[in-house]
Amino acid sequence: MNSARVTGIAALAAVFLAVPARAETIYVSNERDNTVSVIDGGTLELIDTIKVGRRPRGITFSKDRSVLYVCAGDSDRIDIIDLSTNRVIGRLPSGPDPELFVLHPDGGTLYIANEDDNLVTVVDVVGKRVVAEIEVGVEPEGMGISPDGRILVNTSETTNMAHFIDTVTHEIVDNVLVDSRPRVAQFNNDGSKVWVSSEIGGTVAVIDADSRAILRTIEFEIQGVPREAVQPVGIALTSDGTKAYVALGPANRVAEINQQTLEVERYHLVGQRVWNLALSPDESRLYTTNGVSSDMSVVDLDEGRVVRTIGVGRLPWGVVSRP
Amino acid sequence: MTGRADIRHDDPTRFAIVATAILLSLAAAITPLAAAAQRPGAADTVVIGYLTQEEEPPIPLSFLDPILTDEGLQGARLALSDNKSTGRFLGQDFTLREVVVPIDGDPAAGFRELTAEGVNLIVADLPADDLLTVADLDEAADMLLLNARPRDDRLRNADCRANVLHTIPSRAMLADGLAQYLVVKRWTRWFLVVGRHQPDRLFADAMRRAAQRYRAEIVEEKDWTFEAGNARVDTGHVTLQRTVPAFSRAADHDVVIVADEMNEFGEYFSHRTFLPRPVAGTQGLVPTAWSRVFEQWGGTQLHSRFQRQAGRWMTERDYSAWMAVRAIGEAATRAGSVEPGVIANYIRGPDFELAAFKGQGLTFREWDGQLRQPVPLTGPRILVSVSPQEGFLHPFSELDTLGHDRPESDCRK
Repeated sequence: MNSARVTGIAALAAVFLAVPARAETIYVSNERDNTVSVIDGGTLELIDTIKVGRRPRGITFSKDRSVLYVCAGDSDRIDIIDLSTNRVIGRLPSGPDPELFVLHPDGGTLYIANEDDNLVTVVDVVGKRVVAEIEVGVEPEGMGISPDGRILVNTSETTNMAHFIDTVTHEIVDNVLVDSRPRVAQFNNDGSKVWVSSEIGGTVAVIDADSRAILRTIEFEIQGVPREAVQPVGIALTSDGTKAYVALGPANRVAEINQQTLEVERYHLVGQRVWNLALSPDESRLYTTNGVSSDMSVVDLDEGRVVRTIGVGRLPWGVVSRP
Repeated sequence: MTGRADIRHDDPTRFAIVATAILLSLAAAITPLAAAAQRPGAADTVVIGYLTQEEEPPIPLSFLDPILTDEGLQGARLALSDNKSTGRFLGQDFTLREVVVPIDGDPAAGFRELTAEGVNLIVADLPADDLLTVADLDEAADMLLLNARPRDDRLRNADCRANVLHTIPSRAMLADGLAQYLVVKRWTRWFLVVGRHQPDRLFADAMRRAAQRYRAEIVEEKDWTFEAGNARVDTGHVTLQRTVPAFSRAADHDVVIVADEMNEFGEYFSHRTFLPRPVAGTQGLVPTAWSRVFEQWGGTQLHSRFQRQAGRWMTERDYSAWMAVRAIGEAATRAGSVEPGVIANYIRGPDFELAAFKGQGLTFREWDGQLRQPVPLTGPRILVSVSPQEGFLHPFSELDTLGHDRPESDCRK
């Protein structure tokens, strides 16, 4: 046995020893399979598959993270999964074709984008009833809410706007025109900015939450990737306000952006047609859903590389993780 | 990029400033169109004309296909509702002024009906000759017509017009899209079967041009001259089972290309040819702007909205009309104006981009007014591919590998 190989094995062992045990769990919605995949964050193995309603896309935790809400678009409802048993234990009304939603920080209200009906439906989670419908633009999709819960931002894919909605009056207070086919809206942690991705425009608009002026339209240039393959969708922002991650669809890459300078710092190569993103609870990893390759990439953000690819269901869409 | 300003609903002063700025920046480029401001409707309304003519609907070859009497129009209506929903947030409204010329009527008279009302933006759903007739009227000189119907290559070349843009792909684009795929498959020996109608011959011309461009070979060519439409009578299949194998004995080929735009016989070839060969062209594997089997890039949503409105599937003609009306809406939104002149200039300008469920923004070619777009290749039940195919490169846009590229264009407008 030569010494290089010994060193190699030692290094490998060191890597394994250095990785702390992780107790987190990752959940992925599979649009074509009508399931939610459950992945153990420690072993990075698929440990369960939960049957849900048809065409599941948006997923989010309840405030105490004991249950998972799932938009079942073609079943016109929200499924509630109990995460101690991994079973669907109930439903919420949603209005027709719920695609994506966001939970109010107080945990009591879900705001749901009804893609086919140009509506945002407001649902009381406890009372399990619809309390309001807000008319928005064509093909509502992205949903973001300010940390104080006062402003909801919804994007409409064909109208090409980010609608700013007052969560008390349910009135639209502002509309910001962005590039074509806006998908995801995400507030930063202090609520001062809203990030909106535009799939066809190939850009991300960073909007000042108070003045609603677009501070910067971030463009992506990747060597060897045609401009039209850059289709930004999922956005994840670190809570310390330093990094932003944007999934670039068929470019098969995630852009890492400095939240302060708004400059792209590097690109991570992941699976095919990367759609949505979630940071691990400690924000050291990024989980991405890759629609065409039907898998999930695990990006180690310190090492800056994909450390594991895990097969999930067909057309994985949304992803969330909890400790 | 201009037109990226955030135009706001609740702040009329700011909206006015932005709109004025855009107007001023465009003022230099504005044609006499702007002077002829829209007369009908409210001051903040864009009136879109839709001009078509009644015709006998063709009887479908397949029992599965419904007889359509509102093709095109339903696409325009859906786009109108999309435009209205968007306009609501900007204080813009849209109306669609539909003129359906009677079957024995004169399209020019229909056109004058629209111009008399001051309509300056018109979606034309007319055959090629009628389109040229109306585009050449004096009244049309400063207008913008969006062609949503004829695919004729001459309208993008020798017969192109400065006042016409095309949302429907040309035959050359469709043929090139198909040819690229066949070349990738190495199915480069084609047996071409041509129907008896003029559009069939034009499609065959486009396939011959594509064969040359992509170095495929048309090994044999035959005209289909049999009486059509007998397959659906009792025992109709018996005749076809004799006729098609005999007809399709041809020099060895990889694929049968049928040119049958009227849908009279192309479907007869699959499963009946003398040699076991795939069928492509106007039937079989079909290049088209839109099809019910196409669900990528959010297409599912457009299908579902259309189905709900029209109670049927969305066709290529519906989609082309949808794109035309949406192009006007998109330009009004981005330019922040309801002035037809400003809208027309924005559509023709460098910043225009239409999201039309094709995975990338679509723009008009400046040399012939054709909308660049990916071409889905569809089977009867499922999508087969989307062209341009990987590896067909172009210095400006890979979409320009489809159809007449700038150096090839005979358009001198």
